Amino acid sequence: MRLLLEMFTYPFIVRAFVVGILVSLCAALLGVPLVLKRYSMIGDGLSHVSFGALAVALACGWAPLAVSIPVVILAAVILLRMTENSPMGADAAIAVTSASALAIGIIVTSLTTGMTTDVDSYMFGSILAMDRSDVALSVGLSIAVLVLFVLFYHKLFAITFDENYSRATGVKVDLYNTLLSVLTALTIVLGMRLMGAMLISSLVIFPALSAMRIHKSFRGVVIWAGAVSVVSFCAGLTVSYLVSTPVGATVVVVNLAVFLLCALAARIKRH
Amino acid sequence: MNEIQNETIWIDCQNVSLGYEGQAIWEGLSFQVRSGDYLCIVGENGSGKSTLLKSLLGLLKPLSGTITWDGALRRGAIGYLPQQTRAQKDFPATVYEVVLSGFLSAGGIRFFHTPAEKSTALMNLGKLGILELKDRCYRELSGGQQQRVLLARALCAAGELLVLDEPVTGLDPTAALDLYRTLDYLNKKEGIAIVMVTHDMSNALRYATKILYAGQKQWFCGTPQEYLASPWGKRFGGERR
Repeated sequence: MRLLLEMFTYPFIVRAFVVGILVSLCAALLGVPLVLKRYSMIGDGLSHVSFGALAVALACGWAPLAVSIPVVILAAVILLRMTENSPMGADAAIAVTSASALAIGIIVTSLTTGMTTDVDSYMFGSILAMDRSDVALSVGLSIAVLVLFVLFYHKLFAITFDENYSRATGVKVDLYNTLLSVLTALTIVLGMRLMGAMLISSLVIFPALSAMRIHKSFRGVVIWAGAVSVVSFCAGLTVSYLVSTPVGATVVVVNLAVFLLCALAARIKRH
Repeated sequence: MNEIQNETIWIDCQNVSLGYEGQAIWEGLSFQVRSGDYLCIVGENGSGKSTLLKSLLGLLKPLSGTITWDGALRRGAIGYLPQQTRAQKDFPATVYEVVLSGFLSAGGIRFFHTPAEKSTALMNLGKLGILELKDRCYRELSGGQQQRVLLARALCAAGELLVLDEPVTGLDPTAALDLYRTLDYLNKKEGIAIVMVTHDMSNALRYATKILYAGQKQWFCGTPQEYLASPWGKRFGGERR
């Protein structure tokens, strides 16, 4: 217990908690429509694009977030278009983009700085990555994501459930799809440095999957996904502090454990 | 047979050409959807049935000619039953949530549904005999039940005209028959006009008051009897049981 209290005396841990809770909440909420629309891999693709952008920014000495946010938003919009009407298919389009961005990032890195701790922390996340301005930005953007999500809840439901119907009844489906991908892009850029480019997409996918095992209503799934995500993140961060494991990986493993529990619970309930 | 005199013309197509990028699939198409109509659009794959449906829903502008909707039928007030998508089959949402989403087009941004909307939704569930499924999960329902839920949603969006895109595809024969009976009830007793794209010729001929046949750049519109007497109908006539 003393150890737990001691944890909160470190300002960097408090910052990690604040940013992590907000990002995991946003990621989980956005994850529900993304997973249901079979866009799960978009998160993965975007995080790799974000890594590429960060690596380039780092090499050129630009501000990392100022570069990566617009790049990733652009990538999100393009990826969405590609998933909708690409001749090569959505999964291939995302895989190609994601691998290319990663490759560019790695080449730029090795030509300039080499694999520094900075780059390593972008790949696999670091609890030390958050400074004060990151926290402020995360809080602001997360609030924006949450407000937009609540405001457009019904529209997002209708579009997720039945895009053709929504289109036919005059809902601006493309606008909302773009909104969804922009919000996802922002969430991923923010969470990436804490969770790591390789691992951040699990925050989008796992909570939604866990919630879908045990809930029957869309509202239930959304609320449960948010709760699962926040609790898993807090548990993951605490464990990572106690046993000195990397944050991102620990959070993912906690999420996996929760998912397995939910799947088990669903199976037991069915029999 | 259709003796209602004070009928409204819900949709009026006058000399309409439809297609993509200047390539017309339909040319010189003229027909009307009136109140009480039960119009089945039939024809081979690729003959432009879905293109026509899109235009009737106002999603596709005709290349030439005009489509006029009755004032009460502004875009978005048409009850539409699209083909089911794969993602929908295991969607975590209750029947009630799905049906309420039919009201979407009416309102802007708001978080709650009005009491009037909620009671209309329940009424439509009752009308289709699925009120007791209200809190069930959509993905746990049978194909026929899912179609009923989507039908209830369509009724929430509009009470005058239903547009259905191959509604019986993938249903077993009993469920399909059930759906036809329901549609027949809605058409005859509730006076709802129905426009349906279908491949199920025998049932189209049995229930429809009008058949619109789509061929390669040619079309035919008339009663089932007139259709059977037409050159296209004679070909299909053999299939009739």
